Amino acid sequence: MPIVISDQTVIQDFVRKVEEISGEKISKCMQCGTCTGSCPMIAEMQISPRRIVLLTKFGQQEQVTGANTVWLCASCHTCLVRCPRGLDLPKVMEAIRLVTLRMNENYIEPFEIDSETIEDLPPIALVSCFRKHTA
Amino acid sequence: MSDQGTLALEEETPKVEAKLIPVYIMGKKYEVPESLTIMKAMEYAGYKFIRGAGCRGGICGACGTVYRLPGDYHIRVGLACQTVVVPNMYLTQIPFFPANRAVYNWKDLKGEAEEVYKVYPELFRCLACNACSKVCPMDIPVMDYIAAIKRGDLEKAAEISFDCIQCGLCATRCMGELAQYHIAQMVRRIRGKFLTPPSEHCEKQVEAIKSGYYNQYLDELKALGALDPKAMDKVTAEIKKLKTLYNERQMEPDTAEDDWTPESDYALLK
Amino acid sequence: MKIGYYPGCTLKSRAKNLEDAAIASLARLNVEAVELERWNCCGAVYSLADDDLIHLLAPVRDLIRAKDQGFDKVLTLCSMCYNTLARANLLMKDDEEKRNTINTFMEEESDYAGEVEVVHMLNFLRDEIGWEKLRQVVKHPLADLKLAPYYGCTLTRPREVTIDPAVNPVIFKDFVEALGATFVNFDHATECCSSYQMISNPETALKTASEIIASAQSQNADALILSCPLCEYNLGRRQDAILEKHGGLKPLPTYYFTQLLAVALGLEPSVCRFDLNPPTSAQLLQQKGLLAQTAA
Repeated sequence: MPIVISDQTVIQDFVRKVEEISGEKISKCMQCGTCTGSCPMIAEMQISPRRIVLLTKFGQQEQVTGANTVWLCASCHTCLVRCPRGLDLPKVMEAIRLVTLRMNENYIEPFEIDSETIEDLPPIALVSCFRKHTA
Repeated sequence: MSDQGTLALEEETPKVEAKLIPVYIMGKKYEVPESLTIMKAMEYAGYKFIRGAGCRGGICGACGTVYRLPGDYHIRVGLACQTVVVPNMYLTQIPFFPANRAVYNWKDLKGEAEEVYKVYPELFRCLACNACSKVCPMDIPVMDYIAAIKRGDLEKAAEISFDCIQCGLCATRCMGELAQYHIAQMVRRIRGKFLTPPSEHCEKQVEAIKSGYYNQYLDELKALGALDPKAMDKVTAEIKKLKTLYNERQMEPDTAEDDWTPESDYALLK
Repeated sequence: MKIGYYPGCTLKSRAKNLEDAAIASLARLNVEAVELERWNCCGAVYSLADDDLIHLLAPVRDLIRAKDQGFDKVLTLCSMCYNTLARANLLMKDDEEKRNTINTFMEEESDYAGEVEVVHMLNFLRDEIGWEKLRQVVKHPLADLKLAPYYGCTLTRPREVTIDPAVNPVIFKDFVEALGATFVNFDHATECCSSYQMISNPETALKTASEIIASAQSQNADALILSCPLCEYNLGRRQDAILEKHGGLKPLPTYYFTQLLAVALGLEPSVCRFDLNPPTSAQLLQQKGLLAQTAA
């Protein structure tokens, strides 16, 4: 998939926001792909973690926020402990999630979960899910 | 007329000049007497309550008021009917807030915490930020009872939230968009029905009433004589008899010992 | 010895088995775990946003409770609570600006600067009790039990809070061997169970979780040992769904590490609350003759 670099597709504000919320310098990434190789949720991700960072570098907000990648991320931190550059990718993932969440768009709505499921779930699951996927 | 008695003023009551202080009601400045409550001050200023007033006695929760004092960022709260005005109070009432109130079928409940979670899943959005506790006019630690419900301790939550008057101010401040007071009300109902032991003596009394145990005593009272509805202002013999019976009824003294027994067992359930 | 104890929400309901077994085992080891008063939910996950301080209030408040109640250490059993409290603690220790902002904001609480140490029961056992001492106190060694300890994510990642080196941790191995059981290593021991994705993306989550079961079984483990109620939900309670969707896997009993500790110490099975585990858990122990009385 080619990345089109133009003033229409590169959203500088997106890069700035992601760096601000995460506190990380995206340019640290050297695209080695170790994160992708470590990710437990990679099978269903539309765009790999490595490519997400690449696209973020180029301000491709629509592709990055439109993919399911950051919403499948389980914050397991395996990528962080293996990244040769020490880029805190979990924080970057959270920042990208928050770009959407802070616009008051939740990924999951508490009232959409069916009652039997809620009855079955332990509090820890609901608390962590709502923290990550709702604003 | 003498036993009714009308107050005859012997002398003029001395005139008292009330000191006026400025208060800001919804941003507009008014000068009101300093000894008034917020509610009275608002009425003094010309407001007429059709919402935001109720019992006027600090218990119905209709008059939740939020205010600030000059130069201070703190948000303060009080009930308008109970809180006395202070100079330069900058206030508004919040008589209503659209807080989520779940609909559930009471008959389906078994009294488990999961039943609360099912209808109020947003409970788990609580951040423990404490904004709710800070805004409670009854000084209830709201965050603490939400924490108790999250860990399934409905008894504790019911206890902590006991004084809640359902004013809704907690919900107005909640970052997680919970309606704490509605959740707590459901929990208190569950506690009342499922967690507290049933009141055996109450059940016995209800049985006794249904079985007609008290009918003879009621008949005896009625036999005193009929009251004339057209002449209720007359102190009739019937009314005198009732008053005597009432005033001479047996009452357990406040300072009674554990082994106190009534002198007569008239009309008592045996 | 007394230690402050932070349970976390789930340990008071669904994971009471993790708690009861722990408290009883600690008592047997002459440690009194004193539950903190007025604790609140820690939030389960550590906020990863640099500009976000509101989500730190919950764990910091619990640390303040520990400090105010006179504890210099607070013990956790739940891995996620451990991780959240430990990371929040580090922030309060190291980041002066954020520390000041949080302390100023929480004016109703005492100031806090990371004075309390957060420990997980595993490193408490290793550092304060010692494996040798534990071995001596064990009454019923769990011989003939091949155990695969599952760390999950939050005990060993990120590096700043890990209870043992993040790559190839050994602490759980030492624990298993101190109880007299056979340690089974499997390559998914530190892989993520999919955590909260079991709610948001259940199909993917079940697949990810199934890989852990498959990996443990490929090494002939009798059972999986866990430390986290969310891992227990994904790998234990939801195992029926995993087995249904991913053929070729056999049921794999799951235990909290404290339950096996209690059994090895010879405590009453009732403290283990096996009624909260899937039925296979108690069944396996009965088969192996490790439950002295009938399971409660």
